[in-house]
Amino acid sequence: MRRARVATVVLLCCLLALALLPLFAEKYYIQLFTKMMIMAIFAMSLDLLVGYTGLVSLGHAAFFGLAGYALAFAAPQYEAANLWLSLPLAMAGSALLALVIGALVLRTSGIYFIMVTLAFAQMVFFVFHDTKIAGGADGIYVYAKPVADIAGWAPFNLENHTHFYFVVLVLLVLVYASLRMLLASLFGRVIVGIRVNEQRMRSIGYRTFRYKLVCFVIAGALAGMAGYFAAAQFGFVSPDILGWHTSGGVLMMVILGGMGTLNGAILGAFAMLLLELGFQGLPVVGGVDIGKHWQLLMGGFIVFAVLLLPHGLLGLGRLASRLLRKPAEVAEAGDG
Amino acid sequence: MDANTFLIQVLNGIQYGLLLFLVASGLTLILGIMGIINLAHGSFYMVGAYLAFSLSQHFGSLWLAMAGGVVLAVVIGLLLEWLLISRLYHRDHLYQVLLTYGLILMFEELRSVVFGDDVHGVAVPALLQASIPLTDTLSYPVYRLWMSAVCLALAIGMYLLIQRTRLGMMIRAGAANREMVQSLGINIDLLYRLVFALGVALAAFAGMIAAPVASVFPGMGNQVLIVCFVVVVIGGIGSVKGAMLAAILIGLVDTFGKVLTLEIGGVRFLPELSGMMIYVLMAVVLLARPEGLFGKRG
Amino acid sequence: MAEAVLRTERLTKNFGGLAAVNDVSLEFFTDQIHAVIGPNGAGKTTLASLLSGDLASTSGRILLDGEDIAGLPADRISQRGVGRSYQKTNIFLPFSVFENCRLAAQSRLPSSMRFIRPALRYDDVSRQAQRALAEVGLEHRAGVPAASLSHGEQRQLEIAMTLATRPRILLLDEPLAGMGSDESARMVELLRGLKQAHAVILVEHDMDAVFALADRLTVMVNGSVLESGFPELIRASAAVQEAYLGVEELAT
Repeated sequence: MRRARVATVVLLCCLLALALLPLFAEKYYIQLFTKMMIMAIFAMSLDLLVGYTGLVSLGHAAFFGLAGYALAFAAPQYEAANLWLSLPLAMAGSALLALVIGALVLRTSGIYFIMVTLAFAQMVFFVFHDTKIAGGADGIYVYAKPVADIAGWAPFNLENHTHFYFVVLVLLVLVYASLRMLLASLFGRVIVGIRVNEQRMRSIGYRTFRYKLVCFVIAGALAGMAGYFAAAQFGFVSPDILGWHTSGGVLMMVILGGMGTLNGAILGAFAMLLLELGFQGLPVVGGVDIGKHWQLLMGGFIVFAVLLLPHGLLGLGRLASRLLRKPAEVAEAGDG
Repeated sequence: MDANTFLIQVLNGIQYGLLLFLVASGLTLILGIMGIINLAHGSFYMVGAYLAFSLSQHFGSLWLAMAGGVVLAVVIGLLLEWLLISRLYHRDHLYQVLLTYGLILMFEELRSVVFGDDVHGVAVPALLQASIPLTDTLSYPVYRLWMSAVCLALAIGMYLLIQRTRLGMMIRAGAANREMVQSLGINIDLLYRLVFALGVALAAFAGMIAAPVASVFPGMGNQVLIVCFVVVVIGGIGSVKGAMLAAILIGLVDTFGKVLTLEIGGVRFLPELSGMMIYVLMAVVLLARPEGLFGKRG
Repeated sequence: MAEAVLRTERLTKNFGGLAAVNDVSLEFFTDQIHAVIGPNGAGKTTLASLLSGDLASTSGRILLDGEDIAGLPADRISQRGVGRSYQKTNIFLPFSVFENCRLAAQSRLPSSMRFIRPALRYDDVSRQAQRALAEVGLEHRAGVPAASLSHGEQRQLEIAMTLATRPRILLLDEPLAGMGSDESARMVELLRGLKQAHAVILVEHDMDAVFALADRLTVMVNGSVLESGFPELIRASAAVQEAYLGVEELAT
């Protein structure tokens, strides 16, 4: 119990820090943290699949990118889309795609599942890359950020980077709280049970396929939310947003941060993006532009992290507290 | 389409399929025997192709480049297994995915540093530059026929190795029960290292022989990897027979998809969406037989 | 006696050329413990898996209340009132003992597609889980992680989970496996009490327990039924003794 309380305090402090950031930071950092929060939402949606249900998806970017493209379609040329219409539509689009893909890929498990999720995401990538549906390989611009008009009045203006920041922060908190609620609900308990022992879940009477599919769709919809705001912030979508580097990147965030904890997903997102920036900012040494080849360092970091950190970054903290704790305290119902 | 063009496309499709099989067999070997999913498998293909390019320029001969390249690939494979892969055997697939993904990033950047990001062509060796006449009006490149023959020969060679030799028997036993094999005094670590190196060499060699035909470009590794995944999913994990059948099927579907024209209700599906054909095929297989054509149920 | 609640007709399961369960026709009644015994490889666990839906049969029928359930997936069969416990402990190790049972009890709700209200607030489900734990005598260990239980306690939990799904038919696969004599005695008393209002199908090796509990006995050898009927008669049967001689004495 004490661990849970410490975790809550730490979380609230972070929330406070995030809320106060725009008072002290300049535009560059506000936008950077906005990006990190968007990726945190993306990472949490994948953690629901990977960490809680045990479904390792290597194609989650399909839902992320589709919503980004949906925004681009909803905001043709220099017009701005209406947030209240286009966001739900974009999320619904991602959810629908997740339903279709999920119905197919959830027929497999284990290594197969990893491979088919990657393959289907690649198929979606092809649709946007090889056809003229959406500018092909060149991508399309989102010139104007969505407007939040309701009958003439807008509670905030997304063109203002501070407003954008707070909208994303609020969404981050909402998504986090909703997922916590979901995981404590009947549905959430089934999901976690599926990860631990799916065969027994079936034998005690659960139609596990349905629950996995619903979970897949929810994860897809949330990824769509993140993708929508990523497109809105960046102002440009290209097929890479659906590509497997995006899928691989978000999977890295979830695993490295610490799977099955939600907090780990957020931590992983922030850590990976900061690392990326750090590596990119390295100077030119001996004629070699290290910063340009940051992926080499990132790859190396991942390799080391897998070898040395079996439970991700959160594992470091857990390792410390585990040494001080009695076994009985570990048994919170479905500790995850 | 006339008969001549059809024949050429069939030959091209089979050639592509056999090449795919060569790469996919390395993947399945490592997956089936060692239980490791190696995302970096495509990178070895790419490394092979780039080695073929640079070494052939260095030596002036593709043959020497291939020989040198295979040796290099085996060394790389042995080192990688010893340093990194061997630590993954008891870990969840998740961590294998992550570590090998990290390797992909590293390989891509190393390639960028050493060879740059340009697209390159590799010349067909003089010995195989001719074309064989098939009909009065049609001739087919000898090199492509040679490629198919080599892939087929290697496939048969591997089958014989795994099924008919003592080494193959030890490998199969090790796949079924690692500890038992170890307790019999067989050096299972060395065995796995060799299997991994073999898998790497197969992928690299495939990249080398494909280079004159398919050109050498940065994204080629990832591209072939995903197609390999489709091969394994359609064929069934652990089934070499399935991989062969699936590879040929995909080779034909992909090749014909690029040359046919299909228009339904005013919307052109082919050749525009030819890249999607193999995924549609995979979707159909998943609906009908999720464990793959020759896969084991459950 | 009433109609058999569960009946098999010529049930067969082939693995390649091997008939693991061969042409088995048996009847099971409520308020009765029907034990299925036989040497290793006799097909007892395969039979249990066929009845629970974990395995698909090759041919034959399985009639539950007169309706053929052969071919239905395990979850559907569970929902129709067949509860199975496993020979190899098949619990949720990271969860607490209580959560194991609660999850099993939750399966009886019309739907678990509920996303808002916390699962622990479903009092009926929690009560059901507590009741199941009390029936097996594990209520004092409710908060302990299942992985920390002793082997015997884990076998008890295995049964509790099955009970929590409120089955009419209890399919118990070697519940006494690996237990010491004290634990076995407790388990035998537990099983005796379960007879009421359930049809109990007991697959077991422990002959003492079988003869203490069984109202009916079936002996299987090499996938077929050798004999089936009253325990005392079967015990005396020459054919059974021949098939079994020495094997079970060594086992117990």
